[in-house]
Amino acid sequence: MDEIDRAIINRLQESFPIAHRPYRQAAEALGIDEAELIRRLERMLEQRQLSRFGPLYHAERLGGGLSLCAMRIPLDQLERVAEQVNAFPEVAHNYARDHCFNIWFVLATETPQRIDSVLREIEQTTGYPVYNMPKEEEFFVGLRFHV
Amino acid sequence: MCNSRRSLDELDRRIVVATQAGLPLVAEPYLQIAQQLGTSEAEVMERMQHMLETGVIRRIGAVPNHYTLGFHGNGMSVWDVPDDKAQLYGRRIGDLEFVSHAYRRPRHPPEWRYNLFAMVHGKDRNEVMEKVARIADMLGDDNRAHEVLFSTRILKKTGLRI
Repeated sequence: MDEIDRAIINRLQESFPIAHRPYRQAAEALGIDEAELIRRLERMLEQRQLSRFGPLYHAERLGGGLSLCAMRIPLDQLERVAEQVNAFPEVAHNYARDHCFNIWFVLATETPQRIDSVLREIEQTTGYPVYNMPKEEEFFVGLRFHV
Repeated sequence: MCNSRRSLDELDRRIVVATQAGLPLVAEPYLQIAQQLGTSEAEVMERMQHMLETGVIRRIGAVPNHYTLGFHGNGMSVWDVPDDKAQLYGRRIGDLEFVSHAYRRPRHPPEWRYNLFAMVHGKDRNEVMEKVARIADMLGDDNRAHEVLFSTRILKKTGLRI
């Protein structure tokens, strides 16, 4: 990564034009040409310095349900429970964390009402309670990240 | 006509599906999406602009992979602050440059006392802990308890389905 790559990451996190030639517009502001911007974005995506490039959607405003859920699972049961939880297609991400609340997953459902019924199904399948921690208020999402 | 509360229709949803993995890396990306969906470039741009203005699209741009960029530490910090100050502190914590997500969430007493969550990023765990200490300083006596939960393993990771 060189200066220009860093400038691309720093400048293009907040916004990108909706225009006929958006890469040309963004490239001009960076002092490079359109083809070079596209080439560098491709490379940074390939090398995983960028995890994606494009619109970031707000899940709830798309009409679905979203919640963060946690479980406290005895270590000798963790693999079985994780497997059972992961088998639910509504489970989007699932992380093990170093805490007695050791399984943390995000539920994404087609409607907000579905969250509760999926939670109950997970509790019945695994035999352990699910702690539902939907966001009540959001303060900031997205890293203004300087490299 | 004010249609800012218009719900998403079929074409909006198809635009979401076509772009959720990313914007095409071609000179005329909105035109390419339009051709793929059998509509006009102007229609795609107008609808994406509308989704941006109504917050359906949070933003358009580059999403850095903090892990590959050397930010190997990320900790989920959780805080027990007075309910009537959760919004004030949530905003202040959300303004910190090393925080990527900050939310108020429900407590589950007695097992779970925390009502404020902030994802803290740093080069390594030590740096995360230093930053968490800065948050603790900021909260002072209103920080009744806090913990940092580091992820030890990704058990599942899939894209968002709509």
